[in-house]
Amino acid sequence: MAINEPVLPPITERSNILSWMRKNLFGSWYDALLTILGAWIVYWALSGLLRWVFVTAEWEVIVVNMRLLMIGQYPLEQAWRLWLWLGLLVFLSGNSLAIWARQSKYAVLLLLAPALLSLFQVGAGQRGWLIGLTVTGLVGWGIGRIKPEVLKRSVIAGWVISLPVIILLTRGLSESETSFMPEVRTNLWGGLLLTFLLTVVGIMFSFPIGVLLALGRRSELPIIRWFSVGYIELVRGVPLISILFMAQLMLPLFLPDGWTVDRVIRAMVGITLFSAAYLAENVRGGLQAIPKGQFEAAEALGLSGAQTMIFIILPQALRLIIPILVGQFIGVFKDTSLVAIVGLLDLVGIARTVLAQPAFLGLQREVYVFISLIFWVLSYGMSYLSQRLEERLGVGIR
Amino acid sequence: MADEPIIKVQEVHKWYGNFHALKGVSMDVQKGEVIVIFGPSGSGKSTFIRTLNRLEEHQRGKIVVDGIEMSHDVRNIEQIRSETGMVFQQFNLFPHLTVMQNIVLAPIQVRKWTKQKAEEIAMQLLERVGIPEQANKFPGQLSGGQQQRVAIARSLAMQPKIMLFDEPTSALDPEMIKEVLDVMTELAKSGMTILAVTHEMGFARAVADRMIFFDKGEIVEQGTPEQIFNSPKEDRTKLFLSQILRH
Repeated sequence: MAINEPVLPPITERSNILSWMRKNLFGSWYDALLTILGAWIVYWALSGLLRWVFVTAEWEVIVVNMRLLMIGQYPLEQAWRLWLWLGLLVFLSGNSLAIWARQSKYAVLLLLAPALLSLFQVGAGQRGWLIGLTVTGLVGWGIGRIKPEVLKRSVIAGWVISLPVIILLTRGLSESETSFMPEVRTNLWGGLLLTFLLTVVGIMFSFPIGVLLALGRRSELPIIRWFSVGYIELVRGVPLISILFMAQLMLPLFLPDGWTVDRVIRAMVGITLFSAAYLAENVRGGLQAIPKGQFEAAEALGLSGAQTMIFIILPQALRLIIPILVGQFIGVFKDTSLVAIVGLLDLVGIARTVLAQPAFLGLQREVYVFISLIFWVLSYGMSYLSQRLEERLGVGIR
Repeated sequence: MADEPIIKVQEVHKWYGNFHALKGVSMDVQKGEVIVIFGPSGSGKSTFIRTLNRLEEHQRGKIVVDGIEMSHDVRNIEQIRSETGMVFQQFNLFPHLTVMQNIVLAPIQVRKWTKQKAEEIAMQLLERVGIPEQANKFPGQLSGGQQQRVAIARSLAMQPKIMLFDEPTSALDPEMIKEVLDVMTELAKSGMTILAVTHEMGFARAVADRMIFFDKGEIVEQGTPEQIFNSPKEDRTKLFLSQILRH
């Protein structure tokens, strides 16, 4: 054998679509049978669905009630406040995409979503706002691209203050009707707006509480440990709906006369406390996955217990459980729909009032398909973002 | 060396449940002394070195490090830990931080140095252990030998008075042991007080002032490398040395 003969890679099979089909779809008579059967099932299901979507379904119910589904009874003349904070969020998203998602070329296309939505039947005013959102997002993206390193901190700060800004803008500044931003009471909040706020508040507040409970459960101080264990086990043993009922119906019985707590806030508290118990167990799982050597190394350097947790253990533990956390956040988002049962007009609650309108009786399919679509798009969005986040944080780890 | 010993250990006992892991260990360490501790696995040598910075708690006896008595007082423990560096068998670098961040974390948080000062000193240390070019990599991107050298630099950044090594080369591939031993040798010659649990007898012969043989939770024999290698007194020492030096 010739020694100098070069070692060649294996010959790759050149394939065209016909040979691919012959090999993979019609390899034998039962392959062919399965292919034909499968194709027929897909055709049957899809054609039915498409016929319903484009022919049978009466989407007018959605178009007419779009405002109710989005913001409930929120006064139209104050809606600019909502557009304003949406603009802030889109602007920050643009910044963030430019700073943290430089590798994914198509991420910027996400910013076109509002403008695409404006192609549907929306009012002229809304169309302007939607296009404005896309422009704001693109401007944010452009600014982010120019000075990504400098902007990092201010963008993070922007995200941190965005929740109070959202609440403040939505709720308003003063009670007087004539002021610049009159208060909009929470009983007027509804639709996607309410669902969104319940979700964001639930996630933002349950996260720190859950982390503290997880740490408490591992504490060496018996009182703290027993309290954490008791709280977690008690809350996890009860369905969310019963916690919401307790918050709505029983809380007033315990409060002194004349004290009232806003119903939306009661729901937010219920969701937060419920989610915190589950989060605590997830965080505990992450903490247990950190090798003992990490604690020892940190302690051997003279770091205190709190410093060890903050700088060494929690960053690693939380990174490990990102997929679980996001799963839970998606769960919180969907679970907020239970507030409809205690009478709040979130996306599901408002859908039920829409279906009660005499003009739109019997259109459950259209309305529920539409709100399911909203839930799906936003849930998938969270899932997608978390995957990007994992990729980013995975760099150079272990 | 008439000074007060930097470490004083008197009659230290430790039990794991019913297992008597340390059976009355006593020893003094002088400033600048280099001590190699060796013995069969399960002899309590690692447990002993870990009681010196309270990673293991002793149940009886007295340990005084740099004039501070080890007690349940957390402040005492943290003070002792910031004066003693420790290097582990498994490196235990922080995988979510870069090499530089691994080194500067404790000086900034515990010693309250400025970031600039901490990074300057970290760079000097990385040069001392021979890997300044790796400063911005993550531990997972380094070889075992490089990781252990980072771990040594991380301990030294706290400017400890004592360095404890717990089998620092046992998890390394053979070709990487030398690079770590070179760093340890240089450190020993610079006057650092060192206690090392190791079976690297070449290292012991070259730099140790004293060797201590542990077996079954107690000190069986101690002496200079010359005494230990050439004329060990105890049968257990002879047997163990013959086992590890045979090849």
